[in-house]
Parts: sequence; structure tokens; C-alpha cells
Amino acid sequence: MPLLNKHDRRPEHREARIVGFLCNWCSYGGADTAGVGRYSQPSDLRIIRVPCSGRVNPLFILKALLNGADGVLVSGCHPRDCHYAEGNFYARRRLEAVKRFLPTLGIDPRRFEYSWVSAAEGGRWQKVVTEFTAQIHSLGPSPLMADAPEFDFLKECGI
Amino acid sequence: MRIGVFICHCGSNIAATVDVPEVAAAARRMPEVVYASDNMYSCSEPGQQAIVEAIQAHNLGGVVVASCSPRMHEPTFRKAVERAGLNRYLFEMANIREHVAWVGKHKRANTAKATELVLMAVEKLRLNRTLAPRKIPATRKVLVVGGGVAGIQAALDCAEGGLSVVLVEREPSIGGKMSKLDKTFPTIDCSSCVLGPKMVEVAQHEHIDLHAYSEIVSVTGYVGNFAVTIRKKAAYVDWEKCTGCGLCMERCPSLKAHDRFNEGIGATTAINIPFPQAIPKKATISAAHCIRLKTGKCGACAKACPSGAIDYEDQDREFTVTVGAVVAATGYDLTDWKVYGEYGAGRYPDVITALQYERLLTASGPTQGRIKRPSDGKEPKTVVFIQCVGSRDPSVGRPYCSGFCCMYTAKQAIQTKEHLPDSQSYVFYLDIRAPGKGYDEFTRRAQEEYGAAYVRGRVSMLYPIKTPDGEKLLVRGADTLAGSQVEVEADLVVLAVGAGAAEHAPRLAEKLRIPYDAHGFFLEGHPTLKPIETNTAGVYLAGACQGLKDIPASVAQGSGAAAKVLGLLSRGELESDPQTAGVNLTRCTGCGKCIDICPYGAVQELEVRGKPKAGVIEAVCQGCGLCTATCPQGAIQLSHCTDNQILAEVEALCRC
Repeated sequence: MPLLNKHDRRPEHREARIVGFLCNWCSYGGADTAGVGRYSQPSDLRIIRVPCSGRVNPLFILKALLNGADGVLVSGCHPRDCHYAEGNFYARRRLEAVKRFLPTLGIDPRRFEYSWVSAAEGGRWQKVVTEFTAQIHSLGPSPLMADAPEFDFLKECGI
Repeated sequence: MRIGVFICHCGSNIAATVDVPEVAAAARRMPEVVYASDNMYSCSEPGQQAIVEAIQAHNLGGVVVASCSPRMHEPTFRKAVERAGLNRYLFEMANIREHVAWVGKHKRANTAKATELVLMAVEKLRLNRTLAPRKIPATRKVLVVGGGVAGIQAALDCAEGGLSVVLVEREPSIGGKMSKLDKTFPTIDCSSCVLGPKMVEVAQHEHIDLHAYSEIVSVTGYVGNFAVTIRKKAAYVDWEKCTGCGLCMERCPSLKAHDRFNEGIGATTAINIPFPQAIPKKATISAAHCIRLKTGKCGACAKACPSGAIDYEDQDREFTVTVGAVVAATGYDLTDWKVYGEYGAGRYPDVITALQYERLLTASGPTQGRIKRPSDGKEPKTVVFIQCVGSRDPSVGRPYCSGFCCMYTAKQAIQTKEHLPDSQSYVFYLDIRAPGKGYDEFTRRAQEEYGAAYVRGRVSMLYPIKTPDGEKLLVRGADTLAGSQVEVEADLVVLAVGAGAAEHAPRLAEKLRIPYDAHGFFLEGHPTLKPIETNTAGVYLAGACQGLKDIPASVAQGSGAAAKVLGLLSRGELESDPQTAGVNLTRCTGCGKCIDICPYGAVQELEVRGKPKAGVIEAVCQGCGLCTATCPQGAIQLSHCTDNQILAEVEALCRC
């Protein structure tokens, strides 16, 4: 496996910048379960913990994509099994609307996905991450970042 | 804010695939970070002490710990931070173990990812505010769902501890699967003799309110104060008046009702008391079989009843109770073994389940304890037991071991010999799994003392044959130890059918807002350290609903759940989570969207200087943040998870 680096423009060497919003009760737990079970995954995804998928404001997704994220993944409890009874129903409507709205902004809708993963489903989480990461790699780096100035915090830190 | 960052090696758990000192060095260059160090085990006593000392020595105003999942150790570190005099909410965690070290293979990529997660935590922490928990009163009452042995134990222990208990059972009697058993392993003790007194104790206990033949309709509220709506199903008998004399059963002309308690072995009357030791010992009419309810003509039971308890107009009744905690103890149900065409898919009457066999062995069962095969009532000479029917079989979607079948099969082989001394038992098994006190010795006794022939291998097919001795079932299988084919002419075949979660368990889980796995079993808080708790505060698990277990383990978990409930409700008040929503009144336009969306009714309309505004009832808010995502003005913000905090995390990521 080649060393991945966000600023390497060769697609096969470049780690994608993927932001995940995971609900605390199901999908974040599912990602924990995947970790405890050592379900290996690509390392491109960075997870932001939110209480409920219904907490995810479409603004967060758009901000991430417009600021240069290559992909955004939102994951919550299975519909009907929400810790807050109905939060993911609101999420489902909103997230579907966001997905359909993305082309209007000139963003490929395949850069955004949402999924339902319970805290028991470590294997499913591995599959979701692996497939979404592969999808983002096949789409390549975000075109919005093509002429962005190079700044690398990690390089600044010597990593 | 003066921020301190602590990166944990977690022994080699993190350090093996993340360059921990390098992450600590990078953390020192992050905004407002004045101190960063790496520890071998941050959660250990010296690790926590190091955090406390660093807070005091460097006058830290906020702390980030990068280690395991916050679902694991956030409470631990919050307490440590508090010991150093810092507000416990001026703390954030970065999950670099479960989400980085354990799933990524590449050390440099992992180190970069860990660093970014720390940066995100730092950026979020910079916007954290001090929060203080409030005290909320808790109802000293517990709901136990399921009156099997686990639920009975939980109810009795809670009641003994001084709590009021509401015990809800879907069947007309408590007792669960254990009440259907004749004997229990590994001692061949009489099941109803050990369970019966506990059931009576439930009925007589002044603190236990028993609702049999009832179901949970809905659960609202939260730890300390759940409002539970219970539906008492129509029994068509006034249980206040019914004395359980059984005269109605003698007169009922509808004799072909499905006998649920006897697992469909034989039939029963439309009005019946499931078994002699039933608690409560009350009659119930099966509406599907009652002639009066179907055609309007009959009324034999009403004429027979000396206390006038029969009520054909009875309807389901719903009522609501408030409880501080819930114990789910819904047990298991057998899986559908009719998917196995090779075992006849239910076509052959002499192929029965082990639970049906248990009813044949029981003195109070339909055959008064004489083993008679269902087809012709003859005593079998050769009994074949087939194990792992619907267990350890991914081809039918049941990859797990049901855990107790090896033991009850050995017990039933022993009992067969005791009932029919000239009989011969054959047991087809995959592996004998008998890990427990006295368990392995027990399976050996079945073979050595009682002569059960154990054959290691699966049965490939069985079919009826005619022999000079009458109709039999030819069982054909493999003996994988001898490497040969085996054929047995059996009079009776008993299937050790695997168990799954109770039929409607997932629907209950959704009402209780607890997760369940692919097989319907409820998910515990942590697979090793929190086997009783769920992720929903105030909801606990007991018995096979959490994962299949035998009677001693179910009883132990029932007591464990009771101890958890007693601990939770011992003080009569709880600390509420202060991570609730708050309204910026100057931004709020009073549109009311947040009022509509809140699942808890925690947002109400206020009038401030003549204008409508939203106001949050903090004691009711559960911190889901739906309102925050809905507010067009960004006026209502979930503390500790504000829009600005999440955007700070997003921006930190996009900056890297």
C-alpha cells in the first residue's frame, strides 16, 4: 500500500478528505464495535460525533464540501430505532433533500451519502466505510480544491 | 483557554499503529495548547493523577484526552478533571483507538489521522462552556417486562430492596419457558418445584403489581421518569372475580384450541387456565376458538362459573404507569425449524421439538408424564435426538450457538432411560458444549451411566418407513469420527431447535429506544463490562433477551439488573445531563418550529415583552439537538454541540 498523502495529486497515492457525522447511540457505537472487532478500514474518514443524525444541519454538509472535503458521510440509527424516538426520520428527509440539491451547487451528489448502522453492526460499518471511500477515490479530489493554495497543518507539525 | 492534551499509548493498543509521541509533539503546536504529553495508560490511577497534576501545575482551563472511545471512558476522565477543580464539561476526547489504531493498518496514515482528530477535539473544546448538572426527582418504581425466571428474579430482588415493581407478562401466566420444563440440568431437579415458590412469592408480594396477559404499548420519558402505557388484553373473564376453580374448562365444548402452553402437543379448551401452578391462576378465553365469541351461541362457561366472572363483552384496556427504570427480560422463542426440509419440515408427527418433548416428560403435561409418540400414542423404543437444528448454521441465518441445547439434550436422554428403561437414545451432535459447573460431567453421565449413544455428525435426512414393528422414521446421517454412514430406525425424533430472540423483541426495543442485533437480541452497553446496562440510561437487561443463556445465568443477570436498578433509584433523585438546548432570545423570532419538532415537548412558547419566544424546559430536554438543526435563525443551540462547535471541527478538518 503506498503512503497516502492529501497533497499528492496522484489519485492512487492520495488520501481523500472525508468527513463523517455519526450519531452517538448507533453509528458511532457501530464504528466502535468495528474497532473492537478489528474490522480494518481505509483511514481516510474522520468522524464527528453528534447526538443524533437529526442534529446534522445541511449547512454542515455543504460547508464541508465547499471547504474542500472530497466526501461527506452521515450515519444514524436505523429508522424506527432512534434513541430519540424520531430524530432519524427528520434526518432522512433532510439528507435526501441535501443529496438532490447538491447538483444545483455544482457538486457531484455521489460525494455525499447517508447510511443507517446500529451499534451492533461492526461488519456493516466496515462495509459502508470501505465502499464510500472507494467511491470517493473513484471520483478523485474535490474539483473545488483544484487551485487552492497549498497549506498543510500536518506538514507544519512535521508529520 | 489554556488547553492540555494527553495522548494515550493504551499499552500497545494505540502505540503499535500510531506514533504517539509525534501526535503529542504536533498537539503542542495547536491553538491555545500550552501542554501536551503522552501516557502509557491515561485511564490508570497514575495516568489520571498525571492529568490532575498537569491541570494544577500548568493552570489548564481545558483538557483533551486522545485515547479510546468516549463511550468507554468519557465519564472516567470527566471525574478526573473535576478532581483537579475544573468543570467536568471543559473536556473533550479524541477517539484514536477504536476509530484509528484498531482499524487502520498504515502507521503514518494513522498518525496523521490521530493528529487531525486531536485538532478537531481542541477546536471544539475552545468553544466549550462550563455546565452544571441539575437534580431531578426519580420515581422509585421499576417496570419489569417479561415474567420468565429472569424477570421474576429481577422483580423479587427489586421488591425486596423496597422498590415498587410493575411486572408485565404477555402470556396469561408468569413462569416463562422454565415453567414448561420438567427437570433442569445439571441436577435433574424438578423445574416447577424450584420455580413455583418464586412465582407464588411474586403473586403475594406487597410491592409487586403483576399484569399478566398484558403488553407494552408505548414508553415515553427518560431515566427516573418513564411513562409506560400498558395494554391488558381482553381475557373475557373478570380476573377480579375468577377463582381459578377450572369448572369452566370442564364444560367448554370447544375442545380443539391450540395449546400454547403445551407447545401444541394435544389441544385444549377455548377457555382455559394454562397449567395447574399458573400465576395468576385465572381463566382466559381464546377468541379464535370460543364458539360464543365466534357465533354468539353457547355460553356454557358463563353457566358453569360459580362466581359470574365470564364477560363476553370484555375489551382491551390501556393504562399508564410512571416508573424510574425498566428491566427488559423478554427471553427467547424457538426459531422456525420448519425451514429444514431434510427433517420433514413439520410433515411428520413424530418429529417434535425438545420443548414439546419436555411437555411429554412432565407429569402435569398432556400425557401425564408418559412418553407417547404423537402419531399413535405408542411408547417409543428408539429415540433420536438431533442437535443444532437452527444453531451454528449460517445457511439458515443462525450462525450462533444456542448454548443450552447440549445440556438439555443430555438431560432428556437421561430422562428417556429413566422413563423407559429398555429404550435406546441416539444423540447426533456437532460438538458437545458443556462449559459450566458440573456440566461436562453431566453429559458424560448421559453416555456412560445411561447408555445414550452419541454420534458426531449431522443428520442428512429422515423419512417414514414401514417395518414389521410398525411405522418408524429412518434417520440417515454421518458419523464423522468413524468416517461412516449411520442409519437408525427411530420411533421418535426430538430436535434440539435453536433459540432466537422473542417474537416481538425488536418492537419492544424500538419502544424502549435500545438497539438490537441482527437476530433481535438486545444490545448491552459493552460486551464485556456492561452486560446488564443498555445505552439508554435507566433501561437494563436480564436473561436470554440479551443473549442466550441457561437458567442459572438468567437468574444471576436478573439479580444483577435488580442491583443496578436499586443503585440507580436509591437516592430518589438523579443528576440530569446539562447538555441541553438553550435559546438566544434576541435571535428567536418565535416561529415555533422547535416546539413542533421536539420529541419530548421540552420546548414551550413564552411571551417576552409581548412577543412569542421559545423556552427550553431543561429538566425535560434530552439533548438530541433536533431543534438546533431546525431553527432557521440558529437561535436555539444545543450546549456542547453548537453549530459553531461542529463547524469548528469541520473547518479544522478541511484545513489539514
